[in-house]
Amino acid sequence: MINTTECAVDAQSLISISLRKIHNSRTQRGGIKLHKNLLVSYVLRNARQVYMNEKYAEIYRMQQYEEVMTVCNEIQELNPLDLAEDCEEQRGDCCGNGGVSEPASLCCALLPVSQLVAVQSAHMQPPSACSAPLSLQSDEVCKETEPSFYQSCCAEAYPVSNCEFSPVNNLHCNKTTVLDLDTHVVTTVENGYLHQDCCASLQQCCQGAQYSGKKRKVDFEYYISDIEEVPDFTPCKRAKFEDCSYANSEHLDTSNISNLISIFGSGFSGLVSRQADIEQALALNGQFCSKQALSSLGAMTRAIVAF
Amino acid sequence: MAGVGGGNDFQWCFSQVKGAIDEDVAEADIISTVEFNYSGELLATGDKGGRVVIFQREQESKNRPHSRGEYNVYSTFQSHEPEFDYLKSLEIEEKINKIRWLPQQNAAHSLLSTNDKTIKLWKISQRDKRAEGYNLKDEDGRLRDPFRITSLRVPVLLPMDRMVEASPRRIFANAHTYHINSISVNSDHETYLSADDLRVNLWHLEITDRSFNIVDIKPANMEELTEVITAAECHPHQCNVFVYSSSKGTIRLCDMRAAALCDRQSKFFEEPEDPSSRSFFSEIISSISDVKFSHSGRYMMTRDYLSVKVWDLNMENRPVETYQVHEYLRSKLCSLYENDCIFDKFECCWNGADSAIMTGSYNNFFRMFDRNTRRDITLEASRENSKPRAILKARKVSTGGKRKKDEISVDSLDFNKKILHTAWHPKENVIAVAATNNLYIFQDKIN
Repeated sequence: MINTTECAVDAQSLISISLRKIHNSRTQRGGIKLHKNLLVSYVLRNARQVYMNEKYAEIYRMQQYEEVMTVCNEIQELNPLDLAEDCEEQRGDCCGNGGVSEPASLCCALLPVSQLVAVQSAHMQPPSACSAPLSLQSDEVCKETEPSFYQSCCAEAYPVSNCEFSPVNNLHCNKTTVLDLDTHVVTTVENGYLHQDCCASLQQCCQGAQYSGKKRKVDFEYYISDIEEVPDFTPCKRAKFEDCSYANSEHLDTSNISNLISIFGSGFSGLVSRQADIEQALALNGQFCSKQALSSLGAMTRAIVAF
Repeated sequence: MAGVGGGNDFQWCFSQVKGAIDEDVAEADIISTVEFNYSGELLATGDKGGRVVIFQREQESKNRPHSRGEYNVYSTFQSHEPEFDYLKSLEIEEKINKIRWLPQQNAAHSLLSTNDKTIKLWKISQRDKRAEGYNLKDEDGRLRDPFRITSLRVPVLLPMDRMVEASPRRIFANAHTYHINSISVNSDHETYLSADDLRVNLWHLEITDRSFNIVDIKPANMEELTEVITAAECHPHQCNVFVYSSSKGTIRLCDMRAAALCDRQSKFFEEPEDPSSRSFFSEIISSISDVKFSHSGRYMMTRDYLSVKVWDLNMENRPVETYQVHEYLRSKLCSLYENDCIFDKFECCWNGADSAIMTGSYNNFFRMFDRNTRRDITLEASRENSKPRAILKARKVSTGGKRKKDEISVDSLDFNKKILHTAWHPKENVIAVAATNNLYIFQDKIN
């Protein structure tokens, strides 16, 4: 668990700062410094983990809230005059004010205890849910240009006007198994409770929530094929004349650069080739690039050092 | 005032400062390495411009018995030039990363200097006599007609102005794909090792077209890279043993007798991470920037961003001593990351008796720790304290809310004034501290 209390800079800023450092390192004199870029990639990974944790917690809270609202709506049908106002109020508080200290008392009273706890926790930290619309606007821009694989769940999670999740999506998110490519840890997410690293599960969960089952399988296969990709070249490790040994072993580096670009896809090319986008990204406090990068950071943290 | 390095009455005094006084510092003049030779008679510095400057200690004169010999310029030469790798379209910096002296075997002195890619062996020799009275040539060098020589004479040696010349005797090139960070001369005086981010090579000092790769941590797939080599050093007495440190805060000790390729370490030194202190920057601050064996060969010392650790080679699971250099920076890591200071690579050094260690910090502060008394002191290398034999006053950084008089607050520290390179005379209490483009020499004042 990363202790973020000491650091006033939030995860998003760190991500944009780190990306800027990596970009600048390509023009530094003396060539790219492998050590420094490796360390920057670790910061990126850590910031991503925190960012994803926060986003996942938001979504989890929103899910719980939506479950409550669904139940409220169902109850509404029984007594539309009394309950509608209360539930509308609660929904408005959550999405409008950004600060609700009391749980939806009437709705909660009708819910089972476990869901009540979730709703309370959701209401105790409302600002993050309501701050989502701000980040959504840049996500909307990202959505147009990114391939479907890289869309972060945050882009689709909750449009401003509609806080509902469909029950079908909830079912998808009830149980998901994901392989984290960075730590090679298998994670199972059940009923919204996290067992292990939530970053990969978050992506997988929400990708599943938004796309058909077939497409989700394709995503997973993409990741699997990435793991199974075993290079058939083994660097020579015997004492020999160094001239010829390096001519062979370093060929792998140049081929990795093309892999790097393909892994990043549009996100990376947007970072490197289009200067205007970079300037715009920096003007937006790096949110443009960071949003693109966040969704593909699983490959990025490794691919950054592959040069 | 109690001092560090030898006894309660020990105090450090200013001795000399070398370098320009200008506020505008040329990038090429920034000192990038400092090293005493085995006797301490010579002190070498390398800078970002690829130059090496060697200072020699003057013999103590009878006229001024209280002042130790001063270091004066002995030789200056351009060791490395900027190069361009056309194949990779990369410029190779001329900055001298490390200088290591070779043991002296004759009248000349030899040292190894390296930039990112190429290591050079320089021989520094001096001539203070010249021969006169040759038979076969005139004084101006023209050959004499042998038929005109009617008598023979024995040439005589006459004193002349001392002339020091440095010549490159060996050039060890094309062996490193990544940036060289360390060189270390072996105790057999025949071989030396060089380390870059992913590999360690073993050389023979006489052979330049061949080197043995003894460590290779490059993964088959570069995307799986998780750590790099940050420093390497040969054991001071056992010519088969060396260590290399990593960016993950671990040290591996290898025995070259075990295998030709030392990918499997003989010993693995790692201190478990404290999970409560985890932050965004945990990996960066745990990266080891320097590793040095003690002169005895029993201990080694590592420097990471915030601390110095002394390890007993017989205990792998934790260091025997840990010294906090500037713990007050832990809450400033975000800013230090933004301005790139968190990537600064501080070096550390032992004194000759292995009883004290020294390392640098910011604001031109440097720190010394006495291992026996557990006392530590913070001193400053500044022009204000530059009067001859002026005693250095201990400095203190205030971490709490209330700042005492003469203390400096953390926010007032100048992070552009960093002391990365320090060296301690192998036998005496004389230290050389590189502060950007100036070299300060301090020595003890025995009461």
